[in-house]
Amino acid sequence: METVLTTHFDNGQYRRVDRYVELGGYAALRQALAGPKERIVDEVKKANLRGRGGAGFPAGVKWGFLPKDLSRPRILVINADEGEPGTFKDRQIMSKGPHLLIEGIVISSFALTIHTCYIYIRGEFVREAKILEEAVSEAYAGGFLGKNILGSGFDLDVTVHRGAGAYICGEETSTINSLEGKRGWPRVKPPFPASVGAFGLPTIVNNVETIADVPWIVTHGGEKFASLGVEKNGGTRLVGISGPVNRPGIYELSAAVSLREVIYTHAGGLKDGKALKAVIPGGSSTPVLRPDEIDVTFDIESMMKIGTMAGTAGIIVIPEGSCMVRALLVLMNFYAHESCGQCTPCREGTGWLARIMRRIEEGNGRHGDIELILDVCDNMMGRTICALADAAVMPAQSFIWKFREEFDRHIHEKKCPFGNRF
Amino acid sequence: MPTFTINGIVAEVSEGTMILEAAKQIGIEIPHYCYHPKLSIAGNCRMCLVEVEKFPKLQISCNTVVTEGMVVRTDTEKVRKAVTGVLELMLIHHPIDCPICDQAGECGLQNYYMKFGLHKSRYPLEDKVHKKKVQDIGGQIVLDAERCILCSRCVRFLQEVTKTCEMEFFDRGDHSEISIFPGRPLSNRYTGNLADICPVGALTNKDFRFKCRVWFLKSADSICTGCANGCNIHADFKGDILYRFRPRRSDAVNHTWLCDIGRHEYKKANEDRLLTPVLREGGKPTAVAWDAALFTTAFKLREALEEHGPESVAVIASPQSSNEELYLARRLATEILRTPNFGFASRTPGDRAADDFLIKADKNPNSRGAQLLGVTGEGFDRTVMAISEGRIRALLVFGNVLADVPEDEIGPLLSSVSFVAHVGTNNGALSRAAHAVLPSASFAERGGTFTNFAGRVQRFRPAFPPRGKAKNDLEILAELANRMGAGWAFDGEASVFRALSASEAPFAGMSYESLGDQGQAAGGSK
Repeated sequence: METVLTTHFDNGQYRRVDRYVELGGYAALRQALAGPKERIVDEVKKANLRGRGGAGFPAGVKWGFLPKDLSRPRILVINADEGEPGTFKDRQIMSKGPHLLIEGIVISSFALTIHTCYIYIRGEFVREAKILEEAVSEAYAGGFLGKNILGSGFDLDVTVHRGAGAYICGEETSTINSLEGKRGWPRVKPPFPASVGAFGLPTIVNNVETIADVPWIVTHGGEKFASLGVEKNGGTRLVGISGPVNRPGIYELSAAVSLREVIYTHAGGLKDGKALKAVIPGGSSTPVLRPDEIDVTFDIESMMKIGTMAGTAGIIVIPEGSCMVRALLVLMNFYAHESCGQCTPCREGTGWLARIMRRIEEGNGRHGDIELILDVCDNMMGRTICALADAAVMPAQSFIWKFREEFDRHIHEKKCPFGNRF
Repeated sequence: MPTFTINGIVAEVSEGTMILEAAKQIGIEIPHYCYHPKLSIAGNCRMCLVEVEKFPKLQISCNTVVTEGMVVRTDTEKVRKAVTGVLELMLIHHPIDCPICDQAGECGLQNYYMKFGLHKSRYPLEDKVHKKKVQDIGGQIVLDAERCILCSRCVRFLQEVTKTCEMEFFDRGDHSEISIFPGRPLSNRYTGNLADICPVGALTNKDFRFKCRVWFLKSADSICTGCANGCNIHADFKGDILYRFRPRRSDAVNHTWLCDIGRHEYKKANEDRLLTPVLREGGKPTAVAWDAALFTTAFKLREALEEHGPESVAVIASPQSSNEELYLARRLATEILRTPNFGFASRTPGDRAADDFLIKADKNPNSRGAQLLGVTGEGFDRTVMAISEGRIRALLVFGNVLADVPEDEIGPLLSSVSFVAHVGTNNGALSRAAHAVLPSASFAERGGTFTNFAGRVQRFRPAFPPRGKAKNDLEILAELANRMGAGWAFDGEASVFRALSASEAPFAGMSYESLGDQGQAAGGSK
């Protein structure tokens, strides 16, 4: 199968600009700079490139939200705050092919008449930030960044900005606040970033993988890219799979692949021949699936049809013998810890859910606790500025809906029937 | 001007109005905590959720602009469940210490609980997150972090209004707290507003804490007398004691704010008051009936007038007096006594601090009114000169201070005057030097109008009748004038104001009705 991003990831030197150029890198940039800007935007639209940060919003459409007039400078922010549990794809791009991202940034900035770009990288990505900074320096030295890029007259500055370790800073308006030096709180919308974003300027926030796809689209054309995927889901995705499988890791796959294929063909099935108990398909926020629900293609629409999301394509595999209550407790602790504290339902609700989950798992659950969780979920879902509350609610509801008997057993037996194993 | 429908009622609102404000205009209350009309939109309390047709999710009404044809509902089961749900979440960690909380009675949590909650707690007591209580964070404010609902009004006020940014959020999730930065207390002169805008008992005012339960308080619409800005206030009182000033909204003057200096002005009406008429003969003060005090004062004024001519009598007016009082004082001086020795001075002793917001250097509420009524500063200087040269035999002086004449110089200055009558509210050098003390009603005990520095004429209303035997200045003035043959027949301050507006050009066309509760700009003023 044709690959867009990972073709040379096995080459340890691919992250150096010399080897990147040798292997055809920055040719797309030369090509883009020689042509009209509008063509790039058209190709991205034709490519059916969906945002890879989890929401799957069409990238070309998002770009179209920028105001038409150029009276105010525009900002591009690359969201490299990859923090969704189960997700580790952007890290691969930044450590193995950082110039793919930089080349994508320059092309996209040229297309959108942007001269300032910030890469907001997760604070914990110390190694990746270092690699990225080296790559940015190389790009400046090679004339791919800075003034008069490749003699085109186009200028672009890129700054790598490290976050300080908050999950919420991956929410695009929170990213912007954090970038501005403010507390990482999501902003009330409207106004949307495309009109009032970073430093009050029109801003586009794109995920690392989304932008890294752009050079290939320029070289091969949008239609070719679109054809790699399925309808409305252009190109390939970096699918991550973690949990007790034989070959965990990142696989570049078409959205035409099914979850079963990812788990059993690409990742080699579960370790020690264990049976599958549950799958979280697209990062910890996406509703969990039972083993009988995995024969479905891994595209955004098909996932939605079965009540879940492709999300960040970070698959978490849960084997037989694990405690689903404990698994949900781990997730609820995460969201309670990461809620920014701004909106009442999320601030108070995530902590409440975590405390109920803890008492159930510890054998102190009360009759009615499950109904209580569902009611608290109902009071959180869709009631907040950003989607963090929803992100906590979706696993909570789906774990209960699909594994209700385990929750009931915990409460009834006043202990964890799995010996608190996860 | 979009037309929209809310709960079946069709209404037209101006372009750009948010649903919450539009609803308020037609009398529909949407519950809210973080929204404040004078602060930026935070949208984080999530209490003001409403259903808007064509929107799949509930929308926050504080940040949703009314558009043409929009259909809004605030009364559906979905909205009710959302609001009670948010309220329950707000209360899970709340200490429910209402019995010892000063906010009780005017608390957003209590009020909305009674209206939308009334639920039993589903949250175990032992799971409550505890935070620091009773923290002195500087200025007028005590912080109780446990009671806080994290609406961010205080943080926004300090960022947007005072621009001093002393408070921020700390920590995350349900451990979030508001606080000051370590070792950096509140350091601005508007801190009292934080207690006002805090919808719960998290920020309380040190001056008011544990003084009075708010449900015992009544309130009068008044004007702060602390400086020339004329901030609109609610004067809260119980019996004949004032307990606090709270700002009253006036978009033209003080928005919804009040300075910390002005907040302490109420004390002047409570403390060290003159409550009984006094005559002092041979240095010995004697409490007397009003009739005796007024008779003596009128007699002494007329005696000096007849024996030594109008040059020998003087009237010193006060910029603390109302327009109505200044008007009658002027007529007494110029029409009855016909003296040239008449004036006022706005020069005030003590702190003359000012800023570019509400605090003015002129610490009198009505200097501008005096000027517009032709009461002059030169008249005051001339009068003081005449007193110091021993040319004044009888003096009628209003107010508690003699402009910027130091307290300890007032006695010696007035020693040459054979008769001094003092009309004032508080004990001081003037009342000690006076031969007749005519105790007058404080700003809380009388009504009238002040003209602020910008020429805005604003009404203040009495909270309670004059304390002790104090009398309204207007009555004192009329009684004195009538004892000298004036034949005035005024019936309260409104009738004086009618006469004033009929004869004084800057006030032409004004009436108490036209002033309303927001005032009006005097002629020639903005």
